[in-house]
Amino acid sequence: MNKRRRTLWRLLKLLVRDYKGWLTISLIAIILSALSGVAGSLFIQQLIDHYIMPLTRAANPDFRSLLFAIGVMALIFYAGVIATVIYSQIMAVIGQRIQEAIRDQMFEKMQTLSLRYFDQNDYGNVMSRYTNDVDTLMQLITQSFPQFVVALFNVTFALAAMLLLSPVLTVVSLVIFATSIVIVRWLTHHSAKYFRAQQASLGQLDAFVEEMLNGERVIKVFSHEKQVQAEFETYNETLRNDARYANGFATMLFPIMGNMGNLLYVLIAVLGGGLAIMHPTLITLGTIAAFLQLSRSFSQPIAQISQQLNSIVQAMAGAGRIFQLLDETPEDDQGTTTLVKEGESWFWQPADASRPRVPVKGHIQFTHVNFTYPQSHAGLHDLNFDAQAGAKIALVGETGAGKTTTTNMLNRFYDIDSGQIMYDGVDISTIKKADLRRALAIVLQDTHLFTGTIRDNIRYGIPEADDSAVIAAAQLARADVFIKDLPAGYDTEISGDGEELSSGQRQMLAIARAAIVDPPVMILDEATSNIDTRTERLVQAGMDNLMANRTTFVIAHRLSTVFNADLILVIDNGRIIERGTHEELLKLHGRYYELYQGLA
Amino acid sequence: MLHTLLKSVREYRLQTIISPLIVVSESAIETLIPFLMAAIIDQGIRPGHLSVVIRVGVLLLLMSLLSLTLGASASWFSSQAAAGFAKNLRHDIFSKIQTFSFQNLDHFATSSLVTRLTTDITNIQTAYQMLIRVAVRAPSMLLFSIIMAFLVSRQAGWLFVCVVPVLAIGLFFIVKKSRPLFRQVFRQYDKLNRVVRENLRGIRVVKTYGQQGAEISKFRQSAKEIAQVFAKAQRIVALNMPLMQFVISTTMLILSWLGAKLIVGKALEIGQFVSLFTYSISILYSLNMLAMIFSQLSVSQASAERAVEVLETAPDIVAVANAETEVPDGNIDFEHVSFSYPGTDDDQLSDVNLHINSGAVVGIIGETGTSKTTLVSLIPRLYDAASGVVRVGGKNVRQYALKTLRDQVAMVLQNTILFSGTIRENLKWGNPTATDEQLNHVLEQAQAKSFVDGLPDGLDTQIEQTGQNVSGGQRQRLTIARALLKQPKILILDNATSATDTQTEARIRQAFKRELPNVTKLMITQRVASIIDADQIIIMKRGGIEAVGTHAELMASNQWYRQLYQAQQKQTGGDHHE
Repeated sequence: MNKRRRTLWRLLKLLVRDYKGWLTISLIAIILSALSGVAGSLFIQQLIDHYIMPLTRAANPDFRSLLFAIGVMALIFYAGVIATVIYSQIMAVIGQRIQEAIRDQMFEKMQTLSLRYFDQNDYGNVMSRYTNDVDTLMQLITQSFPQFVVALFNVTFALAAMLLLSPVLTVVSLVIFATSIVIVRWLTHHSAKYFRAQQASLGQLDAFVEEMLNGERVIKVFSHEKQVQAEFETYNETLRNDARYANGFATMLFPIMGNMGNLLYVLIAVLGGGLAIMHPTLITLGTIAAFLQLSRSFSQPIAQISQQLNSIVQAMAGAGRIFQLLDETPEDDQGTTTLVKEGESWFWQPADASRPRVPVKGHIQFTHVNFTYPQSHAGLHDLNFDAQAGAKIALVGETGAGKTTTTNMLNRFYDIDSGQIMYDGVDISTIKKADLRRALAIVLQDTHLFTGTIRDNIRYGIPEADDSAVIAAAQLARADVFIKDLPAGYDTEISGDGEELSSGQRQMLAIARAAIVDPPVMILDEATSNIDTRTERLVQAGMDNLMANRTTFVIAHRLSTVFNADLILVIDNGRIIERGTHEELLKLHGRYYELYQGLA
Repeated sequence: MLHTLLKSVREYRLQTIISPLIVVSESAIETLIPFLMAAIIDQGIRPGHLSVVIRVGVLLLLMSLLSLTLGASASWFSSQAAAGFAKNLRHDIFSKIQTFSFQNLDHFATSSLVTRLTTDITNIQTAYQMLIRVAVRAPSMLLFSIIMAFLVSRQAGWLFVCVVPVLAIGLFFIVKKSRPLFRQVFRQYDKLNRVVRENLRGIRVVKTYGQQGAEISKFRQSAKEIAQVFAKAQRIVALNMPLMQFVISTTMLILSWLGAKLIVGKALEIGQFVSLFTYSISILYSLNMLAMIFSQLSVSQASAERAVEVLETAPDIVAVANAETEVPDGNIDFEHVSFSYPGTDDDQLSDVNLHINSGAVVGIIGETGTSKTTLVSLIPRLYDAASGVVRVGGKNVRQYALKTLRDQVAMVLQNTILFSGTIRENLKWGNPTATDEQLNHVLEQAQAKSFVDGLPDGLDTQIEQTGQNVSGGQRQRLTIARALLKQPKILILDNATSATDTQTEARIRQAFKRELPNVTKLMITQRVASIIDADQIIIMKRGGIEAVGTHAELMASNQWYRQLYQAQQKQTGGDHHE
């Protein structure tokens, strides 16, 4: 509760900070609109008591003064209409601006976060912040907030007007009002409870269905349809039960509130009528008529307020998640040393611009590197090795042994806990992250492409690269042949999932993407997927081309890679347990020997 | 469409019918209240008859209590009906999916089926409840109020009849103008989602190439597009409120003038005059409600169509009546078999003829896209041949009960799917009554026993959905064990050892040879080494079989095979020096 209030407070501050002027205008318009509504009810009293009743008694009724009064009322009414136009338009626009601003802020923030965030948060969850959560927030700003404030003013003004007309009838109204509140709270309390249950059981059903439908082919192969169906029924029935209570209580709110209004209406007529008969001076007919109208503008906003309160509470949950993302600590980057690529070559850029640049060699050293993943025991323990410039380092070991973790340290996707990693003798923690990573390209096992043309995907790292550079990179990656075969060649649009391409072709594109950047150090994660032999040979040739003339770390699955490596590191449980060349390691008859048997 | 959906109402028919009936009576009572209120004023208060006030007052109190009860019960019944209907609909769709063939499944993406079972049905449920409650209430309130207005005063009745179309046109304009914009917004949301999804999935690529800036401007662009169109749509929708306010105000002003004239002319009483104000408001609000219902129902229409699409899909593989429940042996025959996937022109298989002896070991090899999986899928009838006959044990596969056929022809699919639950539970899919002894036996055959024994909870180890605790190769071996538990006459492994190392794979093959001599064994693979000693090797090409023979025969006769073998030999080091 307290957290929700803090979120609301923060949201309001955000609103007020950026839109102070517009909000003030909006608020004034809201007040005017509410005032004009109440004036309408009071007008009925005036109309009956001061115009119609005297006119019925007059011998020669003169309607001119009535016409004048209606004219004045028209002005008040239409001023109210204009006020409503003003605030609803302002809020619609502000809602959209905030929506855009918050989305942008979230995305910009997300780009600064470390991989830890991306590994720990479920993608679906993060994506729903950009859509569902922002949507409810916008709904809150364009609808719930203004309606809540309008309803609040309506109630206040109606109450004031009622007190002005008749304190006695006001007391009756307040009793009904209090009863309504109690009923509303009871109903919303119950419906909220079941809505939460419904949300949970819907989630369970969703997860079950997702898993079963993913395995539907297995279900069929095992003729397991009946068993699965039976299990589905239990989830389905739970969901039905929660849904019927949740909706039952929630929809009961409207007829109950409406009829409480009717009840109030009747009570006012009966009590007011009785009073008017017994004490004609105390209450006039016009008062009763006006009160009847007011009782409407009193009970309706109460239902509205309770309804808006619910959506405000819901939106706060979403806003909370949004702020949580905005409050994440960005990846820290204390690095000041910069690396530049000029022409074909990479240089260390000294802080003092007058001093000569030093070419990048690509010498990597790990000294006593330790690392542990958060909430896990996995990690690296006391890693030491020296990768000479231009050397090929093969990392071998079982799944989960720490091969990928090792490369993650190198480009600082994760930061080491202790020890030191040097790049040409420079501690990598002092290098600007963006520069470090650009000078350390990585080709991952599963290829992620982006929606756009093949050309744009190849020059992803250097958007300004020209066609000859793109083609050269594609040729190096052996991708040129298949690209030329495509109907639109390099301009072929591909979707991010790259469904149009085979997995081998996607890998070739990823190789071309790295080749165009031409970094001094490469990290390659060889694919194990079963692509056909011919394509595999092309991919391998592309990889071999990429490895030439630079320091390369390969997470190796191919024997030929291992044979040619200058240094093989056998990793197990986050430790280097054997090191050397292929020949040396085979002689050891140790773990490498075992793994080699597996590979062959 | 409606007809198909309504079949799912079933036991909730009573609630479905009761709800609108109650709503109509509730609306009738509610519209009577202002009418009687006028009577209190005109026949009670003005002439000073307290007894009339009390008598009518008590009647009115009872009426509003009745209306409250009716209204609340309509809400309740409609919720029961809608929740029940939704449940039946989910049941029907899920059951339908269970009858689907692989061909049907290929037609729908899994994620789209999940959406149909969840989000779409939630939408339909909301729409259904709306249809049997609010969609009945709004027009009946509108109709009753206009009738009552006519009863009170003909002139006022005509005034409302004139105002209603004005508001209706205004509301129509708002809906008409905003709907295409909202549709545009939905499409732009897809784009925004795509940018975020690609960014999340490819975050390592983004960071490696330092392209955060480009990603941000891509995102900003689509966020901006959404905001612009959305703002336009919202501004149009925001006109709804002032429009209502305008029409109500104008009606009140005209009514004031008209009423005063009528009252002075003794054609209308004060109380009736007051009731007309109430009717005007309930008429206009009902109309507004109708417009809202209309636009909300049109949103659910898409959902309803998607649900019906599943319900109306006919499963294209069904078993014959009096189906065979016994598979005599593991002989397999293909006689002039052709097959192509629907919607594609190229024949995956054309006029394939093949005989495989019961108990034989058969290797199937070929490049990507050469119908290897298609060929074997026809044996357990995952797909039906377009023409020709596939026989198992000498009988046409279509003569068997599906369960019999698929139990006897065990296929290990390329995707190693295990379900959340323990290893034991997963294995038991193959045979629900299997003893631990039997489980251990098949685990041994599949070379999975040692690693399962090594797990802290052994057979009771939970399989996690993300699969972090069991490696790809281990999963493959578990799916093989699961299939072995069926004690099939034919066993098909579709690339089922791709993530398993060659030594382990060799041990699995040896175990098969030793312990399952009578089971026909088909293996699809990329590795020649895996099938080098098979009784029969089938080389697949596009459209069918290129060659059949033993390793020695194919080495002599088939150039592609020979080259593949040599290339793989070289890759694995060529020389087996230790």
